[in-house]
Amino acid sequence: MTVTDSTRVKLSCRNVWKVYGDNPTSWFTSKDNPANPADLAERIRTCGSIPAAADVSFDVNVGEIFVIMGLSGSGKSTVVRCLSRLVEPTHGEVILDGENLLEKNRKQLIDIRRHKMGMVFQSFGLLPHLTVAENIAFPLRLQGLSKTEQRERAARVIELVGLEGRESSFPRQLSGGQQQRVGIARSLAVEPELWLLDEPFSALDPLIRRQMQDEFLRIQSALKKSIVFITHDFLEALRIADRMMIMRDGMVVQIGTPAELIVNPADDYVAEFTSDVPLVRVLLAGDVMQTGHTVSDDMPRVASTTTVEAILPELATHEGGVAVSDGGNIVGVVTPGSVISALAREAASRESQSAELASRGIAAQS
Amino acid sequence: MTDVTDKPDTTDRPSKARSLTTRSSLVWLAIVAFTLLLLFLRTAAPWLITYPDGWILPITGTMNIAMDWLVAETGEFFRSVSTALEVPMSGVRNLLNWLPWSVTLLLLAITAYAASGWRLAVFTVFAIGYMVVVGLWTESMNSLALVVMSVPLAVFIGFMFGALAFFYPRAERAIISMLDVLQTVPAFAYLLPILLLFGFGAVVGLIASILFAFPPMVRNTLLGLRRVPPEVIESGLMSGATARQLFFLVRVPSALRQILLGINQTTMAAFSMVVIASIIGGSSDVGWEVLSAMRKARFGESLVAGIVIALMAMVMDRITAGFANKDTDDFTKGDGSFFQRHRYLTIAAIGTVVLFALSAVLPMLRVYPEGWEYDPSGPLNTAIDYLIVEYAALIGLIKTWAFFFLMLPMKIGLEQTISPFSWGFEFTTERKLMYAAAAVLATALAWFRWGANGAVVTSLFLVTIFFGITKLPWPAVIAAITFLAWQLAGARMAAGVLACLAFLLLSGVWPQTMLSVYLCGIAVILSFALGTSLGILAAEFNPVSQVLRPICDTLQTMPLFVLLIPFVMIFKIGEFTALLAIMAYATVPAIRYAEHGLRSVSADAVEAADCMGCTRWQLLTRVKIPLAKPVMMLGLNQTIMYGISMLVIAALVGTSGLGQQVYIGLGDADFGVGMTAGIGMAIIAIVADRLTQAWSKKHQAELGITPP
Repeated sequence: MTVTDSTRVKLSCRNVWKVYGDNPTSWFTSKDNPANPADLAERIRTCGSIPAAADVSFDVNVGEIFVIMGLSGSGKSTVVRCLSRLVEPTHGEVILDGENLLEKNRKQLIDIRRHKMGMVFQSFGLLPHLTVAENIAFPLRLQGLSKTEQRERAARVIELVGLEGRESSFPRQLSGGQQQRVGIARSLAVEPELWLLDEPFSALDPLIRRQMQDEFLRIQSALKKSIVFITHDFLEALRIADRMMIMRDGMVVQIGTPAELIVNPADDYVAEFTSDVPLVRVLLAGDVMQTGHTVSDDMPRVASTTTVEAILPELATHEGGVAVSDGGNIVGVVTPGSVISALAREAASRESQSAELASRGIAAQS
Repeated sequence: MTDVTDKPDTTDRPSKARSLTTRSSLVWLAIVAFTLLLLFLRTAAPWLITYPDGWILPITGTMNIAMDWLVAETGEFFRSVSTALEVPMSGVRNLLNWLPWSVTLLLLAITAYAASGWRLAVFTVFAIGYMVVVGLWTESMNSLALVVMSVPLAVFIGFMFGALAFFYPRAERAIISMLDVLQTVPAFAYLLPILLLFGFGAVVGLIASILFAFPPMVRNTLLGLRRVPPEVIESGLMSGATARQLFFLVRVPSALRQILLGINQTTMAAFSMVVIASIIGGSSDVGWEVLSAMRKARFGESLVAGIVIALMAMVMDRITAGFANKDTDDFTKGDGSFFQRHRYLTIAAIGTVVLFALSAVLPMLRVYPEGWEYDPSGPLNTAIDYLIVEYAALIGLIKTWAFFFLMLPMKIGLEQTISPFSWGFEFTTERKLMYAAAAVLATALAWFRWGANGAVVTSLFLVTIFFGITKLPWPAVIAAITFLAWQLAGARMAAGVLACLAFLLLSGVWPQTMLSVYLCGIAVILSFALGTSLGILAAEFNPVSQVLRPICDTLQTMPLFVLLIPFVMIFKIGEFTALLAIMAYATVPAIRYAEHGLRSVSADAVEAADCMGCTRWQLLTRVKIPLAKPVMMLGLNQTIMYGISMLVIAALVGTSGLGQQVYIGLGDADFGVGMTAGIGMAIIAIVADRLTQAWSKKHQAELGITPP
């Protein structure tokens, strides 16, 4: 995970609405509509219009990976398109570097898209008639840069994504993973500050997806972009997110770090998402350690924020346990026994949660 | 058309639907009874069969007056357009005639090579060589000149309309209806107004060919632009494209393949119209060569010229299709010397210079010496004559048999066909009563076997062949078709169909319409039966498919005109020849759709059936054919459309009906007559099209299948 500069906000999305239907702006001009966003969304829905995004607000800090997660139809793609005005928001503000994007005219918007934003698409959105190099240089060509400059800058990102040697191939000759590398390279060619990724790895098969996630994290550790990343895969979100937002029916359900979401889910919907997550990935050394153990010198040391998953190999070879440090001080010891009892405890609490959910579901149906 | 009837499976549908079906079956039985009643009354009221002249509205006269007015008011303008077009027109023509044949051959061969490789290049050399050797070079170049002029204009106009329709939905609706009209009114019919407006000359061919050829370009441009995936557009926008950049650098290049397919179809349509337009003469081109030879019954000559047309069509089709299907990565991109980047151009330029230099020394490279020409028409004529004489008995037998046992019964009915001269016995009253009894029995059996709908279809068929399509009372025909439209697509469609039929009646072309329906009807039924059978065979046995595919391709690219030649040669002019020519063309879509439908039946369904232990025959009849039926019905739709478009051309070899009426209008420069008949053809086409589409859609909805 990258270190975030939480003092500076790059992008701020404030009370953004996108309503599809007849005369959508009227919902925000007339006074007699409910002020509470949830009620307003309900009213809009009952009147036959669709609130694809309802009162969405969040901030993305400089250098942060902000993940938006939700099932299909939850409005996440709409939100990311509102950020670049591919979809025109019906109401609200999108503030990039302190300026409201929605007040920009067409020419200014094109300029912002040319220099400040890059976007990666789920099905790649490559131009079939252009080679890899031409696709990547396409945004530069639109800006009217010279051929040499186009080539130089394209070569740089081609190297970054590891596509050397495929420059003159056409998209249809590449595998899905390679096509998405082209998409990533193209979005990076203009050296954007804000990087939008709309389910970039969802169309890839699981092995490639994992590889691409690693690649993505490697690139980000070098470039430190401010990122909005859309996914419907909670595990993917867990791997890459600094902070994440969960959406349902166009509304924000919860915003927080992955651990916060798992430990304190805002509601059952979030809890259900997190229930699939293997506990060893979520539980940290600090959560499962025991205090009051004697610490011997041959014990390996790990930070209290290390996941249990990461210390399992150490535990396998050191039956005596692993020392947990927090800011240089030893605060406790993780032993195989302490891990097992912690896992058993968490599993039991999840079990009761889902049983409760199930019984509530039955009650709702009857 | 009695074959177009709904036969729903009544066993497993909700009872409400079933009661509806029976109710409409009752209406159908009422219509049969109504028909019989009118036929019973026909001696007392002959106007039931023949719509009286006195009731005809002066539509053709009004049209002529309107046209005269238009010509008088705007003739100046159109004639000046005509003069303006004449200049580049004759320029192109002179250029093509001035170019040494060897240079033209080289350039076309290189183009063919660039489009799809050496096979096509060799074929092109062969095709051009043939034109040179048989001595039709000038005629070929005159035809080519018209195509060279009309294609770029048609492509430009088509692209503009396509883009306009893409951006403005309101314009789209107007443009699409315009295309529907242009594509259903037979090509012959708008030769005449063009002739009246633009005056006599090669320009008429040019304008007609542009009008005929631009619609496919519009449709393909629109389709291509529509099909660009939204993410590609979004990625263009996010790359910072302006509106103009988005259109020219993202949308159009992404749609290029479809647009190139449009150019291919436009070229073929333009060429086909150029050939048809030669009927008005004035430009000594290959089409005229075929026609005038045919009129003089010199079939050898017309066949030789017909082959030129066929070869030109094939070369044009393969070259344009080659460019459309080409993988762009064949080109070395970006780097490389000028020669590498433009190798075809360089070879062409060097070759042209060399050939020009050579032809200065060797004049036979410039103008092919007459002494070296070889005209195969003499021996061909002898061969044809020999065939016809040798097999006169067989040919005569086929003709008579088809005439007495197939065409006449459909046309004027068994009632008038059967005589000692034709069938060998008198159709006495007792025999007629026996027929009636048999008909009643068959209807009852059909009811027992297939239910009320089966009885309706059987009885309608038996009544029709007894009395003949042209002798059916018009009120009954109108009632039947209108009710069919209501049943398939609701009240609005029924009202539209009724209005169309009323136009046919009131404008006085009803008898000709029925003649056209009769000829086209037989052709469609036979073509559909034959084509579907072949299509099923092709889907089941790959070798059959491999044999049929090139034949279908060739038949489809051929200008319709050429298809007439072999049949006229053997069977002379007449309705039977026209029938065969229509069938040759209309069988193609039936084959194609049947094969496609069967091959695209979902593999899951086939596997499931296999697992249940279906035999191959059961698999075909119980699973594949029922699932492929909606696609096959689209094939029927196309069969009808192909049949109608060929019907007009077939009028050249002696049919009566609307096609001939169009032709008469053209000959007499009678705009009203030609146009009314043209509209009549369009009405038949539109009604048939809408009804079969509705039928297919209904079936698809029942099967839960989305159309391909």
